[in-house]
Amino acid sequence: MTGVVVSGVGLHPFGRFEGVSTTDMGVVAVRAALREAGVGKGGFQAAFCGTAYGGVATGHKVLSRLGLTGMPIVDVEAGCASGSAALMLAAAAIRAGQYDTVVVFGTEKMPKGIIRSSFFEPWQEEAGLAATPAFFGLRAQRLCQTSGVTKNHLARVVVKNRRHGVANPDAMFQKETTVDDVLSSRVVCEPLHLFMLCSPNEGAAALVLRRADLPTPAVPVTLAAAVLRSHVPGPVLSESTPLAGLADESVPAPTSLAATDAYEQAGLGPRDLDVVECQDTDAARELLSCEELGLCEPGGSAALLDSGATALGGRLPVNPSGGLLSKGEPLGASALGQVVELVRQLRGESGPRQVDGARVALSHTVGRGANAGVVVLTR
Amino acid sequence: MRVMVREGLFTDTDPPALLGSCCGVCGSAHFPRADTCPYCAAEGPEPVELSRRGTLWAWTAVTASPPGYQGEVPYGIGVVELPEGLRVITRLTEGDPGALSPGQALELRVVPLHRDGDGNDVVTYAFAPVEAVAP
Repeated sequence: MTGVVVSGVGLHPFGRFEGVSTTDMGVVAVRAALREAGVGKGGFQAAFCGTAYGGVATGHKVLSRLGLTGMPIVDVEAGCASGSAALMLAAAAIRAGQYDTVVVFGTEKMPKGIIRSSFFEPWQEEAGLAATPAFFGLRAQRLCQTSGVTKNHLARVVVKNRRHGVANPDAMFQKETTVDDVLSSRVVCEPLHLFMLCSPNEGAAALVLRRADLPTPAVPVTLAAAVLRSHVPGPVLSESTPLAGLADESVPAPTSLAATDAYEQAGLGPRDLDVVECQDTDAARELLSCEELGLCEPGGSAALLDSGATALGGRLPVNPSGGLLSKGEPLGASALGQVVELVRQLRGESGPRQVDGARVALSHTVGRGANAGVVVLTR
Repeated sequence: MRVMVREGLFTDTDPPALLGSCCGVCGSAHFPRADTCPYCAAEGPEPVELSRRGTLWAWTAVTASPPGYQGEVPYGIGVVELPEGLRVITRLTEGDPGALSPGQALELRVVPLHRDGDGNDVVTYAFAPVEAVAP
């Protein structure tokens, strides 16, 4: 089986852009990735596009504008992990020898406010049970009970990521915040305050993947694993968002399932990682992700944060891009945005937010479905 | 008229009950009622009425109306653990998180949500602290 490298990356900044369409943003990201990879018309054999709110044939609209159609174009929806799903399909096709070069991108314009998800049935909305932040709040409260996490820890996750985001020109928020500011913002769902939740927004990200034995102009970064897993039923607060679950703590979370597969595929473990981008949809989700990805022992996420390891300059920086808490979350683009960040980190191109000497990186997304994606990159 | 937010989830009786099922193969309990066990994929779980009392496992309150919701805010949401080994996501009658504590005893109620366009009073299931029951 052939290896897969990322030979080009591109991004449309994440934020709010009046008058700029989903297609416009996708064009910016795809064009940049193709340019880096030195790939033009006829230079790739398939395209996979992640989007959740983009509508019919989002990928076709982007590639039509670029005059680059004719090959199979597959639109992929997997909630927050739409980009992870697109990446998994593209990488697998190259590994299997079906294609030698594939474009993978995601583009999104999210509605404002609490996200209305077609995942929920109308009666769940009517009964007040389609309140996504409430599920985040419940999960955060459990983490406080099981892992010694306090509101102060939750606020410090936000402060850390927003500090990282100051150095990211593609982030929505590029301004620091303080523990006091975070705890002074209104309570959305206890224990979560407004500043502890990421903003749904707009943006696009793109990658060009190639067979590892083909030449690439940019510094190639190896895609060592690209895994997507759904949930095993049981955990009542997992992203599968069931109405009930089992009183059984032994059933693994979707993120843990994906991480276990990814570590095995890459032949690496959490101790080998130099930098991580993970799902910080809310501040507690970052801490829980650290536990579920094996970055610390179960129950050890508060201590990991306290140690300073996950801040830039620490042993294992988490979300050097500023995370979703700084960038915002355009569902179809967010997972690939993480991969773009990590490719640049591994190439040493990240300027003031560079993780020195980074050679092994992991990205993680998880969302409704459940869908959990874990990607491992090396150089 | 009084109408349930959705038929088949609970009985609007005194006392009310959540309608679940129990798998004859793996023994797990389900809510809502399933025709295939979500845990072992066996078909034909037995319909059961679930326990009316449980304990509080997690809770929060919703402070701003989520999409499609016409009732009052804030309102409580929590996870209640039932003796069947089931954890149920539910509304709570208590909308102040500070008034609740872990492991607290709760019991099932049917509560009003809002009046719909046809003048019907829409009701749903919720759990209430047992202490709040009038003597």
